[in-house]
Amino acid sequence: MTSSLKDLEKLINSELSSKVKSSKIENNELLIETEENELLDVVQFLKSNEKCKFRQLIDIAGVDYPENEKRFELIYLFLSHEHNLRVKLLIKFHTNQTIVSLTKIFPSANWMEREVFDMYGVKIKNHPDLRRILTDYGFKGHPLRKDFPLTGFNEVRYSEKEKKVIYEPVKLEQNYRNFDFESPWEGTSYIKEIKDNKNDKKN
Amino acid sequence: MTKKTKSLSLNFGPQHPAAHGVLRLILELDGEVVEKADPHIGLLHRGTEKLIEQKTYTQALPYFDRLDYVAPMNQEHAFALAAEKLLNVEVPIRAKYIRVIFCEIGRILSHILNVTTQALDVGALTPSLWGFEERETLMTFYERASGSRLHANYFRTGGVHKDIPLKLVEDIEKFCKSFPKIIDDLEGLLTDNRIFKQRNVEIGVVSKQEALDHSFSGVMLRGSGVPWDLRKSQPYEIYKDLDFKIPVGKNGDCYDRYLCRIEEMRESVKIILQCIEKLPKGPVKSIDNKISPPNRDDIKQSMEALIHHFKLFTEGYRVPKGDVYTAVEAPKGEFGVYLISDGSNKPYRCKIRAPGFSHLQAMDYLIRGHMLADVPAVLGSLDIVFGEVDR
Repeated sequence: MTSSLKDLEKLINSELSSKVKSSKIENNELLIETEENELLDVVQFLKSNEKCKFRQLIDIAGVDYPENEKRFELIYLFLSHEHNLRVKLLIKFHTNQTIVSLTKIFPSANWMEREVFDMYGVKIKNHPDLRRILTDYGFKGHPLRKDFPLTGFNEVRYSEKEKKVIYEPVKLEQNYRNFDFESPWEGTSYIKEIKDNKNDKKN
Repeated sequence: MTKKTKSLSLNFGPQHPAAHGVLRLILELDGEVVEKADPHIGLLHRGTEKLIEQKTYTQALPYFDRLDYVAPMNQEHAFALAAEKLLNVEVPIRAKYIRVIFCEIGRILSHILNVTTQALDVGALTPSLWGFEERETLMTFYERASGSRLHANYFRTGGVHKDIPLKLVEDIEKFCKSFPKIIDDLEGLLTDNRIFKQRNVEIGVVSKQEALDHSFSGVMLRGSGVPWDLRKSQPYEIYKDLDFKIPVGKNGDCYDRYLCRIEEMRESVKIILQCIEKLPKGPVKSIDNKISPPNRDDIKQSMEALIHHFKLFTEGYRVPKGDVYTAVEAPKGEFGVYLISDGSNKPYRCKIRAPGFSHLQAMDYLIRGHMLADVPAVLGSLDIVFGEVDR
């Protein structure tokens, strides 16, 4: 499978030269990075080209890197039954950028894009029905962003007084504790710095 | 004078026995014909992906049991494979066999549930009573291997938690010898049953092209005549060395999908028997002490083992930087885990690809033009479990 992946990488690079930002094979998987505005062309090519035939969109995964200038990443996973190959397509973009919808090419992108919108607040252009999907009706915020707290903001309970389910701010007996178990001998930054300084002096 | 017609909108679920959990379907009806279906999901959303980001790799594994709680170990398998691929650890051969045995048991568990509840949805009560008895036996096997009937938490990165006793292997073999008879009985009740056929044949037909467009996988894809099974096409573990067939449907309707599931159960039984026959001796988890915890005996004797134990259960192991997608053929279809590691002891991102999510998405298109009474039949044949759809 590795050789065919390399061939595929070559093919994609030569056919789409300017549209592909970078490509690499890692862990036996091909990752292609492209620009947001080239997305439709690249996907169309992957789906229709004789040697690709990636006719199934497996999933769309969003990733949040708050410290990066281009904060969000979307990874599209494709599968080709004919050639028994998989490919990952990566785009990086800013918080307020809108991403074009793939629903015209892959009907199954519909819910996947709704999920990305729900979880990361990524705006999708030309989507037929952009609503929240997994979170509650009337939910605020985008839970998979790294700055969204694990415990959330609201909790629900049945109120005996009002005879209905009510929303309240989260109240915990004990705050969520995130223990940092990383080994102090190799992990924590200040020790690393000391180590590095020592090494520098030796050199 | 022209009559004005107005379509009726009907709220189906979330508390409905045929909704297979907590599905809320908003149906637009014209008389008894469904014009549009809008599934509302997320009522069982527990934020699994968010929780996994806060846990070490060992702690993240049990969350996978709770996704598709009908076949827990198949899910664990996908995550274990993803972590192994990043860590590049070798899994001992015995562990691979044990994994395959339990994955196939999971497949039977799931298919029994689906076939019998689908029958229940269209009006047959007995199959579920017979089927659930067998499920109970299978779950006892889960219990004897892992300690719990459902949430097994049995697979580990680099192997499985504990070796299985000899008696358990014998009992599984005994079960496999007797189980085909039960499948025959179930088939006797359903396959040629007039009512069952009337309710399922040519209902919810999916063509090949549509199955591909809607990201179908597993039985939903094979029922439409696409011979695609990850166990054959992209073999993981030891599936390459096993002899089994992939049943493929012809018409892509609910009835073909039912037949596929029945045949798959028979194939699973064959796979288990082959595994038991070949089951080699040896360790069941990686010998790399930095990943798999030491024996209890060693902890009492060896200082190093004690340190390893302590480190593994506090800090956990670190996984090299990188991203990886691994998929397994779960009973419901392609179950995938897209794992991104930033080099620390916790996953940076873990995207779970649940087959049911894509299948349920197609509900609107599958049910259009069908009668209201077909909704449970189609829903049943999609094989939806809300644990994995909502995550």
